Amino acid sequence: MTETVFYGSGFPYRQIKHMPGMLIVLEGTDGVGRSMQIDMLSHWLEEEGYAVSNTGLKRSPLTQPGLDEAKLGHTLSPLTLSLFYATDFTDRLENQIIPALKAGFIVLSDRYFYSTIARDVVRGADPEWVRKVYGFALKPDLVLYLKADVPTLVTRMVNGRGFDYWESGMDIRCADNLYDSFCVYQDLLIRQFDQMAAEYGFVTIDATRPAEAINKDLQKLIRKSIGKHMHKAA
Amino acid sequence: MLKLNTSKGKLIVVEGIDGSGKSTQIDLLTKWLRTQGKLVYFSEWNSSPLVKSTTRLGKQEKMFTPTSFSLLQATDFVHRWENHILPMLKVGAIVLADRYAFTAYARDVARGVDPEWVRNLYSFALMPDLVMYFRIPLDTAVERILSSRAKIKYYEAGMDLGLSKDKLTSFRMFQKKVIQQYERMVPEFNFVVIDGATSVEKQQKEVRAAVKGILGGWIGQHDTIPVKKKPLHRIVAKVEGEE
Repeated sequence: MTETVFYGSGFPYRQIKHMPGMLIVLEGTDGVGRSMQIDMLSHWLEEEGYAVSNTGLKRSPLTQPGLDEAKLGHTLSPLTLSLFYATDFTDRLENQIIPALKAGFIVLSDRYFYSTIARDVVRGADPEWVRKVYGFALKPDLVLYLKADVPTLVTRMVNGRGFDYWESGMDIRCADNLYDSFCVYQDLLIRQFDQMAAEYGFVTIDATRPAEAINKDLQKLIRKSIGKHMHKAA
Repeated sequence: MLKLNTSKGKLIVVEGIDGSGKSTQIDLLTKWLRTQGKLVYFSEWNSSPLVKSTTRLGKQEKMFTPTSFSLLQATDFVHRWENHILPMLKVGAIVLADRYAFTAYARDVARGVDPEWVRNLYSFALMPDLVMYFRIPLDTAVERILSSRAKIKYYEAGMDLGLSKDKLTSFRMFQKKVIQQYERMVPEFNFVVIDGATSVEKQQKEVRAAVKGILGGWIGQHDTIPVKKKPLHRIVAKVEGEE
């Protein structure tokens, strides 16, 4: 971070002066291969001599037990889910991401609040309201958006962990079965991401290709971003 | 901002710092309205089972930041809002709330979050038909709290802000900030101010008068179950903080 910029009012009670680290976000829908790419990037960056810190949605020690419990019951309304996830997000941002950036780490974030916005808006949340909720969020140095079409995602699901209740949007029942609901739901999410790509300046990457080819592109983009960062910091 | 209440029901809120006596008054009000055959629903701040374990964890381990505390309480509120408060208002009931969004406006801003940000957070909710603010000198509130229970809790005292190492001193400094925020809201949201330092009976008279004022000519939904068959909600009047 050569300069600390928030989307809204940030954390007025917190003095943040210098953050030499970099915040790099990987975004994209379920099954697009984000976690695999993050693993590969972590190894690569550490080999290059950078200190790397990983984070991802729902990993806050404060909210994880409660969120897991609540999601099992399927009693969460869209608005409740939205605010619960925002609690998770700020906890990780304030207690994990910002300290790591201050210490000069490269933080690789598996999703950011853009995913949450996409999910909330698809569930009927007011797009402006939810964007304002995340007014405390830090602007990342680089947002890499892995984009794949629904047929590709479906293939990955079959090869991987199968279809999941939440990833299929069954809480809003886009269809009467997991597969059809998954297709409708993921298509709605992709539309939200495409819209945000322009709004937030995502770099869009074709994620229908093999993992190694995608990783090469990501490395190139990150290298360029690090170069710019060093230049500005110097 | 908060939307106008166009539902069939009436929304009545009590606000004030811990120890201001608002819970005692809303208890009495609930009973009085029920004996009159009114359909009443009572909702308390930070009471949904959904976030209970997370709140407990955060408090025990002192993990909250002003923003995460604010968001978790908003999560609690929206859960109660969607599952209880809004449906009850649609039925045509009188919903009585012990604390409402104004508590967040007061406490979270006292903790340092942006006032506009926290107002947006609750903008899905409705503006109550009546907000009664229990104004009380800080010393009286402190005295009441200390005489009614053993100790003041960490977040209630605003210890997370590092104002003072002494809990009581911190409590006083933090509640002073909260009072400042409440006082600002008196004209902003048209609070009806009740003097919380006067006798319980005198306050209840004023409370009932204010409530009569907004219920005049209103029909709403009558209760069809006789009062005697229902368990009364929170029979014992108490002075207790929720934080």
